[in-house]
Amino acid sequence: MSSTTDTPVLAGKAARDEEYERHVARRSKIGRFDVKFSPYFYISPFFILFAITGLFPLLFTAFVATRQWNTLTGDGGLAVCGATCGDAGNIPSMWGNFQWVLHQPVFWTALRNSFSIFLLSTIPQIIVALLLAAILDANLKAKTFWRMGVLLPYVIAPSAAAIIFSGVFSDQQGLINTLLRAVGVTGIQWHANTLASHIAIASIVNFRWTGYNTLILLAAMQAIPRDVFEASVVDGAGRVRQFFSVTIPLLRPTLIFVIITSTIGGLQIFDEPQMFSEAANYGGSNQQFLTVSLLLWRTGFLQTTPGQPNMGRAAAIAWFLFIIVIIIAFLNFWLTRRIASSSGAPKKSQKKAAKGVAA
Amino acid sequence: MSLDTSHGNREVSVAALRQTGGKGVAQAAARKRKKMGNTSEGRQPGWVSYVILGLVILISIFPIYYAVSLASQPTTATQYGVQALIPRGGLGGNLTTAFGEIGFGRALAGTAFVAILCSASTVLFSTLAGYSFAKLKFRGRGPLMLFVVGTMAVPTQLAIVPLYLMMVRWGLYTSLWAVIIPGLVTAFGVFWMTQYLEESLPYELIEAARMDGCSMIRTFWAVAIPAARPAAAMLALFTFVAQWTNYFWPMLILGPNNKAMLTVAAATLRGARYTDYTMIMSGVILTAFPLIILFFFVGKQLVSGIMAGAVKG
Repeated sequence: MSSTTDTPVLAGKAARDEEYERHVARRSKIGRFDVKFSPYFYISPFFILFAITGLFPLLFTAFVATRQWNTLTGDGGLAVCGATCGDAGNIPSMWGNFQWVLHQPVFWTALRNSFSIFLLSTIPQIIVALLLAAILDANLKAKTFWRMGVLLPYVIAPSAAAIIFSGVFSDQQGLINTLLRAVGVTGIQWHANTLASHIAIASIVNFRWTGYNTLILLAAMQAIPRDVFEASVVDGAGRVRQFFSVTIPLLRPTLIFVIITSTIGGLQIFDEPQMFSEAANYGGSNQQFLTVSLLLWRTGFLQTTPGQPNMGRAAAIAWFLFIIVIIIAFLNFWLTRRIASSSGAPKKSQKKAAKGVAA
Repeated sequence: MSLDTSHGNREVSVAALRQTGGKGVAQAAARKRKKMGNTSEGRQPGWVSYVILGLVILISIFPIYYAVSLASQPTTATQYGVQALIPRGGLGGNLTTAFGEIGFGRALAGTAFVAILCSASTVLFSTLAGYSFAKLKFRGRGPLMLFVVGTMAVPTQLAIVPLYLMMVRWGLYTSLWAVIIPGLVTAFGVFWMTQYLEESLPYELIEAARMDGCSMIRTFWAVAIPAARPAAAMLALFTFVAQWTNYFWPMLILGPNNKAMLTVAAATLRGARYTDYTMIMSGVILTAFPLIILFFFVGKQLVSGIMAGAVKG
């Protein structure tokens, strides 16, 4: 680029050339300015909007979490833990809300429920998605039809799916329980029983996301070089051995991606348990399927008793949720790497050297 | 994908067979090699594969069928148990009632407004930023990109309390703008466009445009936008679906009993008609069907979008 904007310096030229030179110099000055600041100009809409709707709220959560912040009264100074913390509970401190949260048995119940639902949805989902991807990774007739078929549930809103499944899993007259009773088995308390409700909610999650993850894994499978499979056949590997010793290790980066995104989404589960709830018993009559996000919402926003919603405590729950998500995501990353790499297949990180347009 | 799956030099390619042995021989060889099935893409699936896939699709469709069937029951008397699986003649009437009760027209317009605006804005700003990150050189590019990627891991719910307070402060509580503003940009969008443009936009093109005297923005317009089009279409589609199916934030910021968007309207109807499943399901169907119909037109694009993202991600 620079060659075009360089001013040719030639001795003994007329005034006309000098003017031309000035013109070029001016243009190249604008050009340099353009080249230098355009990149910032292009990224600025994103960063400005993100600063307002993402970054600022994030920092502000940290502030709200340390305050006694009521929906009615607003900011009421440093947080107070209250009677649950004993004698020291009335002394305002930065950690008041965090202490309050940790002193609530319901927080631990919610944590347990979130984990349980998360595990019940992630593990079967990934196993089924892997198997489905392996089935789809063949010379099928009407490929597009099958692929679209598994993806269909993705366009159904989780809240809508939860309403439908709430009917299917209804304790008294639901479809499943009626069928069970018809064959002489007692119905399962899909809402009242803790584990049963977790399975029901996990099935809503699985319904929507299995197909989506299947396609991700399918794409990764198709990206595996075909000669790797041929080599394994030469070495005498059968179809099953091939799947476990070649396909899965080579899918490692994609598996990590799928598991991490499932973790971030799964631990924040809200729509499904909220819409699965009967009447206003959000999270179940006995908190049997109350998740951390549901607790966050109940604590900060649900207008049951006036003055009760406490934003500060809700913000503290949000921070705990954040920390848990980060820890589990890292744990999963580490675990998946270990499991998937036990069969070898080391992969170099393919970081390309960043190139830029020479100005 | 080629049919040539030769395992070494001993085998002759199908194309070569066509030349030497004629069409019939070539076809037979191709068939045989497909049957051997050691390349998975060329593997011929057995009937079991089709049966399993058929079952999976039935499971995918079943909840929708169940909802339609429930919505077609003329009275609540038949809404329980197995008898609800038999469609009856009440669908039209129930849908009409639900249509009025959830204010379908307004909810549909509200959802479409939010989804379209958020998609357009996300695509535009992500393409701009993605182009800059992928192809332009500037100070701080590395750390800023790292920042974008890092924020993708932050749970959205972490920001919900302050976002709510901000929207209330701005007087946007119960307004659709409160739903739109946080959806105008996503870190994922920037990441996605950066990844795509890095690979699919050659530097030569940008340099050629610059040589021709294009300003930076002109170069973006003439070179980057056409190159970004496939990825931009995908991003628009996924943002659209995400906004359309969004529930938590709209429910929170639109306030109780607000029917300005489809997901919250369906939830409101459920709250009002608690035991009447025929009505609840009618509402669910009304709110879910626009996207299901859209799926028949863009499902193929969604599939290839997910698959393209997987290879890069």
